[in-house]
Formats: sequence, structure tokens, C-alpha cells
Amino acid sequence: MRPAAFDYRAPATLGEALALLAAHPGAKLLAGGQSLVPVLNLRLAAPPLLVDLRRIPELARSVLEHDGALTLGAMTRHRVFERDARVRAAQPLAAAAVPHIAHVAIRNRGTIGGSLCHADPAAEWPAVTLACDAAMTIAGSAGTRTVDAADFFTGLFETAVGTGEILTAVRFPAWPARRRHGFAEVARRHGDFALVGVAAAVDLDERGAVALARIAVFGAADAPVLAQEAAQALVGRRGEGAAREAGRLARARIAPRSDHHASAEYRSELVEVLVRRALGQALGVAPAKAA
Amino acid sequence: MKRIVEVTINGERHELALEPYRSLLDVLRNDVGLTGTKKGCDVGDCGACTVLLDGKPVNSCLVLGVEVGGSEILTIEGLQRGPERLHPLQDAFMRHGAAQCGFCTPGFLMMASALLDENPAPTEEEIRFGIAGNICRCTGYTKIVAAIQAAARDKAEGKA
Ligand SMILES: Cc1cc2nc3c(=O)[nH]c(=O)nc-3n(C[C@H](O)[C@H](O)[C@H](O)COP(=O)(O)OP(=O)(O)OC[C@H]3O[C@@H](n4cnc5c(N)ncnc54)[C@H](O)[C@@H]3O)c2cc1C
Ligand code: FES
Ligand code: FES
Repeated sequence: MRPAAFDYRAPATLGEALALLAAHPGAKLLAGGQSLVPVLNLRLAAPPLLVDLRRIPELARSVLEHDGALTLGAMTRHRVFERDARVRAAQPLAAAAVPHIAHVAIRNRGTIGGSLCHADPAAEWPAVTLACDAAMTIAGSAGTRTVDAADFFTGLFETAVGTGEILTAVRFPAWPARRRHGFAEVARRHGDFALVGVAAAVDLDERGAVALARIAVFGAADAPVLAQEAAQALVGRRGEGAAREAGRLARARIAPRSDHHASAEYRSELVEVLVRRALGQALGVAPAKAA
Repeated sequence: MKRIVEVTINGERHELALEPYRSLLDVLRNDVGLTGTKKGCDVGDCGACTVLLDGKPVNSCLVLGVEVGGSEILTIEGLQRGPERLHPLQDAFMRHGAAQCGFCTPGFLMMASALLDENPAPTEEEIRFGIAGNICRCTGYTKIVAAIQAAARDKAEGKA
């Protein structure tokens, strides 16, 4: 099947792209196309116009600041991030997560901005931005605004990006020296969307106990969620017992749904096990290759 | 409305007039007549449509023809090194019986050639990770992995 006919423009500036969106109701932005083109090929959507973002230089730009803060342009392709040792070292949690996104050919095209705006509940980037407390910059006809990751994912395939707006960049705060991370997911095969996954960032105090934890669970609800109580319960603690208890608390708070990929019960079990595994990695009580 | 797209395919310049909704896969097969690139699923699941876009493997079913203006594309028809000289991977696939029905083979060869360009001596795990987006319904993958390992060795020993 071929997609329904649409027109195509590839503007060279952000201003032109915004003007095209304003002038053509129903127009869709095209980033890497790895979520949008399948939808078009299956005729699940038929926008009149695609506005391709690939020629806008500022959207592909990334900046690594002296203090380690990292700003990724929305058009940063997954594979470009994956192959850049400097940005990987600056953001170890993202570095652990990105190789789990689809396969090499898809990572060569897919972008962080597309991933965040598509907001698949089982996608890796949204969970990583939550765990890292990243902030998104959104441009619209009235100027730009910044939205924290915690307020960005508003529902199933829904985000804070409004009609006529464009996500331009994502800023990850500098990675503190005493931050540890853990990442674990279970998928049917490597590269498939996760059934459930966990991205965790844990800040230790000078004695090695937990000072602050952010545990993002994805694939278990309409949008990625922070397991707040589990994170609270970790404070001041260390070791395997703490990771176990956090797993149980996360499971008690998150009520996954059943679908044709997995039952709610199985997903609940995965929430507990994967929170424990990811925290085990972060706290140094489990081998890093646990999942 | 059709757009004019200038693109280099297997070393040859083409000027194509394309409707924006046509995928690169569709354009390669139906406009350029290069039917070696296969359509398995049209949604990114199978890898049969893999080509190299500016040296990088992509699923051509998920790229629009209008997106590739100014780019260089390599398809299976351009992989061979000369009329009588196969690419070392093609040679190794033949020696190892790494193709049965052959439908997946062009995609695997393009993917594997990109893998070896990037990492000339991959481990078995790296090979399996690299080709994870390509599906084969016939071989069970063992011989495909063995063929890629053999091609890497041949290249290292200067045999190919
Ligand atoms: C077989 C397969 C397996 C996959 N597996 C995974 C996986 O395991 N994990 C995972 O995370 N992803 C997976 N993906 C999805 C992939 O990561 C996509 O690349 C990603 O979800 C979308 O990014 P894109 O750049 O391709 O966006 P597009 O497909 O171009 O766009 C997606 C949506 O976002 C909108 N959009 C894009 N950019 C912007 C912007 N800057 N501002 C506002 N709106 C924008 C578009 O209008 C569209 O609605 C898979 C895809 C395929 C085909
Ligand atoms: S036809 Fe493109 S991935 Fe299957
Ligand atoms: S040889 Fe038949 S699908 Fe691979």
C-alpha cells in the first residue's frame, strides 16, 4: 500500500517551518520519519503536508558545556548520540539506554525530538529525560518556552507540544560526580519496544548512601512515570535490601494494563524486578549486565 | 505536486521527478528499476529494504524519495566490485550457503557491509547486534553469522 498523497516542504529556518505549520492546518512535522512514515504507509494518518525539519541547522546542533550540561538539538539522530564518545561520557544513563532503541538502521534516521514528541509509552528517551530531570525547549509563533520533562509527557502519545509548535532542543543538566545510574528493560527481542523498562539516576552522599533518586518506569502506563515513593524510601540507604524494597513499592504504585504484548500481571512483575535490577546496578550490588 | 530530486545511486547521477509520498524503496524499485532491494513489510520491521544512504544503513521503506536529494545511495546492485568480482561478503554468503530463498539476502549484505566498514573485526555478539533488524525466515541465521565472520577474516588476510 502507498500512503495517501501529501505535499512536502523542507524549510531552511525555524521561522519558515513555524509559518508553514500556521498556514496549513493538519500539516505534520517530519523528523527521522521512523514513527511517522510507518503510520503513513499503513494509511493510519493522511496529513495534507509534511514539513521536514532536516535542513534547519540549529535543530541538529548539540552543545556540551564546560560543566557537563548537554543540550541536544531535536534532530540529533539516535545513532549520532550513540557514536559520540564525549556525549556518551557526559550522560551515562542515556548512553546505556540508546542502544536499546530499535535497530541500527532505524537509529541512523530516528531522532531524539521525534522520539519525545511521538511519546510512545515504551520508548527509552522519554524515560531517560525524566530520570535526568531534562528540560525541553519548545518554539511557537509567540516565542519559545521551556518545559521540564516531568510536565512534558501528558498522556498516551501526548505531550506538552501544542499544535503549531516545534520542539527545538533538550537540555540535560550536568551529571554530578556522585551520581550513579542503572538501566534495565525486557523486550521480546533486542530492538523491539520494551514490555517494561526502568531508567534510574541515583545521587549518593559522601558516605555512599542515597541522597536522591529518580526512577523512571516506562512501558507500564500511558506515559513514563517516576516511582516517587520507591525513590523516597531509598534515601539514606544503600545495598540490596534497599533496591528490593524500592522494587516492591514501585510495583504497588503502578497499575499496568494488559495488551496483546503482555498481561498486566506480567508487567507488574517486571516493574518490581526491573526496578530492583536497575537500582542494583546504580548501587553497585548487581552486575551491570543484568538486563 | 512532483519534486525534482537529484541523487547519486550506485555511482550514477539521477534526476528524478517524484511525488512526495513515494518511499525511497518504491522509487528504487519502480522508477530506477533496481529490484534487488526487497519490500518485506513496509514498516521497518524486516530489514529486507536496507540500502546505504551516505554510507549508513537505513530502511528504504521508511525514507521518502524527496528526503534524499543531494545524497549518495548504494544498493545491492552496486555492492559488487566489478563485473567479475563479488564483494567479499557476497562470496562468503555463497560459500557458506547463507541464502536459501534469498529474499532477505540483499538487506543482510548491505547491513553487513556497513557493519564491516565500521568494525572490520566484529565479535559474534557484535555481528548479531548489528544484524538484529534484519529478519530471515529460512536460514536460522547461523550461516549468515558465519559468512560475515568469514568475510571479515578474508578482508583482514587480504584475500578479498
Ligand atoms: C521497527 C521499529 C522499532 C522501533 N523500536 C523502538 C524502540 O525500541 N524504542 C524507541 O524509543 N523507539 C523505537 N522506534 C521508534 C523510533 O525510535 C523513532 O525514531 C522515534 O520514535 C521517532 O523519531 P523520528 O525522528 O523518526 O520521528 P518522526 O517519525 O519523524 O516523527 C514522529 C512524530 O513526532 C513529531 N515530531 C517529530 N519531531 C518533532 C519536533 N521537533 N517537534 C514537534 N513534533 C515533532 C512528528 O510530527 C510525528 O508526529 C522504532 C521504530 C521502528 C520502525
Ligand atoms: S520493507 Fe523496509 S523494513 Fe521491511
Ligand atoms: S533466505 Fe529466505 S528469508 Fe532469509
